[in-house]
Amino acid sequence: MQVFSLPKSMKENCKYTFCPGCDHGIAVRLVAELLDELNLKGKTILAASIGCSVFLYDFLDVDAIEAPHGRAMAEATGVKRARPDKFVFTYQGDGDFASIGLAESTHAAIRAENLTGICINNTTYGMTGGQLGPTTLIGQKTTTSPMGRFKDTYGYPIKIAEHIALCEGTAFSARVALDTVAHINQAKKALRKAFQVQLDGLGYGFVEILSTCPTNWKMTPDEAHERVKNEMIPVFPLGIFKDVTEG
Amino acid sequence: MAEKQLLKGNYAIAEAAVKAGCECYFGYPITPQTEIGEYLSGRMHELGRGYVCAESELAAINMVIGATSTGAKAMTSSSSCAVALMQEGLSYACADELPVVLVNVMRAGPGLGYIYPAQGDYFQAVYGGGNGDYKLTVLAPSTVQECIDLTYRAFYLAQKYRNPTMVLADGLLGQMMEPASFGEYPYPEIDNSSWALTGAKGREGRAIYSCARDEDAQNNHIRHLFQKYDLIAKEETDWEEMNTEDADIIIVAFGSMGRNIKATMRELRAKGLKVGILRPITLSPFPSNRLNELADKCKQFIVVEMNMGQMIKDVKLAVNGKAKVDLINRPVGQWLSVEEIADGVQKILNKEVAYASI
Repeated sequence: MQVFSLPKSMKENCKYTFCPGCDHGIAVRLVAELLDELNLKGKTILAASIGCSVFLYDFLDVDAIEAPHGRAMAEATGVKRARPDKFVFTYQGDGDFASIGLAESTHAAIRAENLTGICINNTTYGMTGGQLGPTTLIGQKTTTSPMGRFKDTYGYPIKIAEHIALCEGTAFSARVALDTVAHINQAKKALRKAFQVQLDGLGYGFVEILSTCPTNWKMTPDEAHERVKNEMIPVFPLGIFKDVTEG
Repeated sequence: MAEKQLLKGNYAIAEAAVKAGCECYFGYPITPQTEIGEYLSGRMHELGRGYVCAESELAAINMVIGATSTGAKAMTSSSSCAVALMQEGLSYACADELPVVLVNVMRAGPGLGYIYPAQGDYFQAVYGGGNGDYKLTVLAPSTVQECIDLTYRAFYLAQKYRNPTMVLADGLLGQMMEPASFGEYPYPEIDNSSWALTGAKGREGRAIYSCARDEDAQNNHIRHLFQKYDLIAKEETDWEEMNTEDADIIIVAFGSMGRNIKATMRELRAKGLKVGILRPITLSPFPSNRLNELADKCKQFIVVEMNMGQMIKDVKLAVNGKAKVDLINRPVGQWLSVEEIADGVQKILNKEVAYASI
């Protein structure tokens, strides 16, 4: 009989601060499973971020340093340059990674830092209550775009995984989703690759994870996953945009 | 005694960092401190240590935060308007108790200002531009030899107290050449194994963060920081003073402005005025107690600084109304000469001006 259990890399008394139905919980679990499977817990240093993921160090049983909003990749760079033998990763929201931190996120890729970046894209600033972010879709209503995102005044959503793939120092860049079991399995596979390129010293590994925010989208979890499928994936196509290990 | 060499201030700081065991340097170019990053780019590579041309000062200070969180000695250097960009990181580094070392070779401000020397960042360094209650440890060299000695001390104090420590130099000091010697790094190494991030091998994960959802925990943490600052003040406050025993007038200046006040003192003593000097070496902690003691005996303090009067406020707080405190200053540019300071002192004594802004 198989018993469901927490990955060893998760804290035993871990209590998620995520809203019910939010995909963060799945993403964090996938990360913890991979830390177990690749036996990385004892050599991992996490640069945490600001946003819904701010308390990640309460969930994962690894060494961690908080980062000011957007600066996780700069901190991760400092950690890695000081201790190149460690496994160093960031876990950030789309606002943290691609708005306030776009320079740090991009330049770490340009420098081919042996780091892994994970970015949760839920098309909004979740923790502050659902404002327009860098990935908010055209037409999407948020608390700071109450009439919807007009391209004329708000501009366009950024395609993060494609942007990172353009950097020469990037070894792996992919976009995945968590709305179906098949997609969750693909997501884990992509995360494994993004971890492995760092371990192999090939450069920057990156995964953008399309995620739900039922609270701020004002949807049920099922409706939120429908939105991922019907509205997000057509704009943010899933796939691998760069992989230096493939021919 | 190690042999003296003719050294430029910026190179002195850079090589002192190497000799202090700095494992990583992160920086972004800005005049008048660029030589530090230029020198270290080659030197750190040669030694197999870490070096990154950061994409911004925001990134640079956060790279230092990352490196020091692992227990490594690391530093950045910058200047004035770009140190302004690092204030967020410094607030985090104080809250997270990280041994960050930062060198500010001051230029003129506000805004872009220009590359000539000034001392307009006293407030920025001592009172900070970041959020919340925190204090940096701030050391102010006045000679190229002190650029070396205080860079050594900055690494030591940062490690010993787990508090970001700034070497506050200025464009004059960064660019001038003087004979100085390195000697050996004179301080013991500090064991940081109880807190440094090394990977949670055989133990629980440890996290370094300042975010506290519990109000009591946050209050206690801030009180803990301030107990530490009190200890630093008790143990590490440092200054230089000359001829204060019989002085009626004490001239106070920091950094390279602390040089001309000595010659001014000699000139005025030759004219029969009982003049002494006090030069704070640590600006934070500030030698307030000593100034307060001296205020019992002397009648007049004159603060000389290259800004609109910043350190004078700390001198006034220290003197606490026991003696007159006046200012001789120029905001930026040509350093106040011995003649200008002496003339300003005479004017203040003759009550020709309330304060002698030149």
